[in-house]
Amino acid sequence: MTLSTELRPPRLRAADLLPVATGGLRTRRARLLLSILGIAIGISAIVAVLGITRSSQADLLARLDRLGTNLMTVFNGSNLSGREVPLPATAALTIRHTEGVEAVAPTAELDGIGVYRSDLIPPQITGGLSVRAADSSLVPTLRGATLVGKHLDEMIGGYPVTVLGHAAAKTLGIADLSGTPRVWIGGRWYTVIGILRPLELAAEIDRSALIGFPSAARDFGHNGRPSRIYVRSRTERTQAVSELLARAANPRSPHEVAVSRPSDALTARLEVADSATALFVGLGAVALLVGGVGIANVMIVSVLERRAEIGLRRALGAARRHVAAQFILESLLLGFAGGVVGVLAGAVITCVVAAGRGWQVLIPPEALGGGLVTAVAIGTLSGIYPAMRAASVPPTEALRTS
Amino acid sequence: MTAVLDVREAWKVYPGTPPVESVRGVSFTVERGELTTVVGASGSGKTTLLNLAAGLDRPTSGTIRIAGHPIENLSDRMLSGLRAHRLGVVFQRFHLLTHLSVTDNVAMGLLYRGVPAGLRRAAASEALERVGLSHRAGHRADRLSGGEQQRVAIARAVVGRPELVFADEPTGNLDSVSGAGVLELLGELNRDGTTIVVITHDAKVAAAGRRLIEMRDGRIVRDSGGTP
Repeated sequence: MTLSTELRPPRLRAADLLPVATGGLRTRRARLLLSILGIAIGISAIVAVLGITRSSQADLLARLDRLGTNLMTVFNGSNLSGREVPLPATAALTIRHTEGVEAVAPTAELDGIGVYRSDLIPPQITGGLSVRAADSSLVPTLRGATLVGKHLDEMIGGYPVTVLGHAAAKTLGIADLSGTPRVWIGGRWYTVIGILRPLELAAEIDRSALIGFPSAARDFGHNGRPSRIYVRSRTERTQAVSELLARAANPRSPHEVAVSRPSDALTARLEVADSATALFVGLGAVALLVGGVGIANVMIVSVLERRAEIGLRRALGAARRHVAAQFILESLLLGFAGGVVGVLAGAVITCVVAAGRGWQVLIPPEALGGGLVTAVAIGTLSGIYPAMRAASVPPTEALRTS
Repeated sequence: MTAVLDVREAWKVYPGTPPVESVRGVSFTVERGELTTVVGASGSGKTTLLNLAAGLDRPTSGTIRIAGHPIENLSDRMLSGLRAHRLGVVFQRFHLLTHLSVTDNVAMGLLYRGVPAGLRRAAASEALERVGLSHRAGHRADRLSGGEQQRVAIARAVVGRPELVFADEPTGNLDSVSGAGVLELLGELNRDGTTIVVITHDAKVAAAGRRLIEMRDGRIVRDSGGTP
C-alpha cells in the first residue's frame, strides 16, 4: 500500500463560514449585546435626526406650500426722525393697481380700543387682544377660513358685529355662536358673527376682534387709513411686487413704508433645521466611531480569550485566512446587528416624534440604507486588526495546558 | 510497511540567552498501523516533539516527513492542508466547543476539508459509533463527563480517517477509570488500523503502548521498537 502523495490546501466552504462566525457570537451574548449598543446608538441617532428633520421640513414645506410664499404685508414705516408714519388712505387702492398683485386686504388697528367679554372688566385688562377694522377681502387674501359663522362683508360691515380671530375667541372664552355671544368693544356691545381658523402667516389677526371700516368710522371716528395691508401676488412675480409695494403704497415717500414677507420666517426655520441636522449627525458619527472602537475592543478581548479555540481550528487544518475570515465576519455581523437595531430604533423615534407633533412621517430611505451600510462597514473595519491578531495565533496554542 | 512519519535529526531551538534546545537531534520513524507512546518527564521536550511531528510547528533544523511530505518547505497554507487532510490530534484539555452538539463537534474534524455539512454529520455519526457514544450524539458537549468528552475529541480526531493520530496526554484530565477507558479505545482504534502516537508522562499510559519512545532533555534515550 502506498501513501497518496497528493497535497491539498485546506478548504472552508462559504456555507460553513456563517455558522462558524455566529458560533462565536452565541457564546458571549451579554457582552456582544453591549458592544453592538454603541453602533446602534450612533446609527439610531443619525437615522432619527435625519428622519425627524425630514419630517419637520416636509411639514414646513407643506405649510409653506399651503400658505404660499407670495403673501406680503405693507405696514406703517417710520420717517427719518423715527416717528411712525401712517399709510395713506389710498394705499390699498394704489397697491391693487400694481402689476402682479392678485389680492389686497387693508386692515387698521384701532389704538386704545380693547375687546372684553363683558362691560364689567377693567379696561386695562386687554388680554393682549386688539381691535382691527377689516373688510371682506381679508379672509380670501390670507387664504383663511371661518371656523364657525361667517366673515364680514359690505352688507353688515356697518352694523355692530365682529369676527374674532382664533386666539382672540379662545381668550374671550367663546367657542361657538350658540346664544349669540356679544363682546364689549370700546364701550359698545358687538355681536360675534364668526370665528376664524388660525392664520399662520398673520398671527396679529389671530389675536384680534375684526369690525367693519364703516363701524370703525362711526363708533370710533377712524379716518379710514389702513395700518397694515396684506398683499397676495402671483407667485412668480412675488420678488418684483415686493420691490414695488413701498412706492405703490406711498408714491411720495416710499421709504416711510415697511414691507415684509411672513413666509420668510418659515423659510428661516428650514435653514435652522438644516444646520441643527448637521450638528446632530456629527454627534451620531462620533457615537458610531466610539461604537466601532467598542467592537474592535470586544473582538480583541475575544481573540485573547479564544486563543485555545483558534489553536484548535488551526490544528484541525484551518489556514490563517480561515481564522481571519471567521473573525472579520463576526465583527461584520456585530456591525450589521447594531445597524439593524439602530435603524429600527431611529425609525421608531422618528415615528413617535412625528406623530407627537402631528407631522407626516418621512424617513429618508438613504438614511436607512446608508445607516446599515455604515454599520456593516464600521463592523468590518473594526474587525480587521483583531482578525489579523487571531490569524497570527500559532496552532501550537491548542496544546498549551494552562 | 510504509513510514507515515519520518523524523530525521530534528532540532528545535527557541531563541533567548541562552537559547533553549527543546528537541536535540531526534530521529525516529512511525510505520502505518503502529501504536507508539512517547514518554518523558515534564520538560523532556515531548510536547515540542509533538508540535513538530503533528505539523503544528517547524523544526529549527532537520527534516520531518508527514505522509511523505517534508514540512520544512511547505507554506503555512499547505501545512494547514496537511493537518486538515492527513492528521488528527487529541488534546489533554479536549478542546470541545461547548455551544455545539456532540455530533457537530465531531463533524468539525472535517470542517476544513471542505466536506459538505450533511456528509460531515454522517461521518460524525459513524465516528461516534466507533467510540461508543452514539447515544450522546444530540447532547451539548459540556453536558458530558470528562471521559465522554475525551471520547468525543477522539472521534473528532479519527472522523476523517487520517493517516496519523496524535494524542497529547489524553488521560491527563481524567480519573483513572475514564483514563483506562480512553486508552482501551485508542488500542481498539489502533487494532482497526489507525496509526497512533500518544504523548504522556504517565508510566501507566506508557505501559499500555506497544512501542515505547522515552525522552529526556530533548533526546530519545530509549526506543523499544521501530527503525531508529
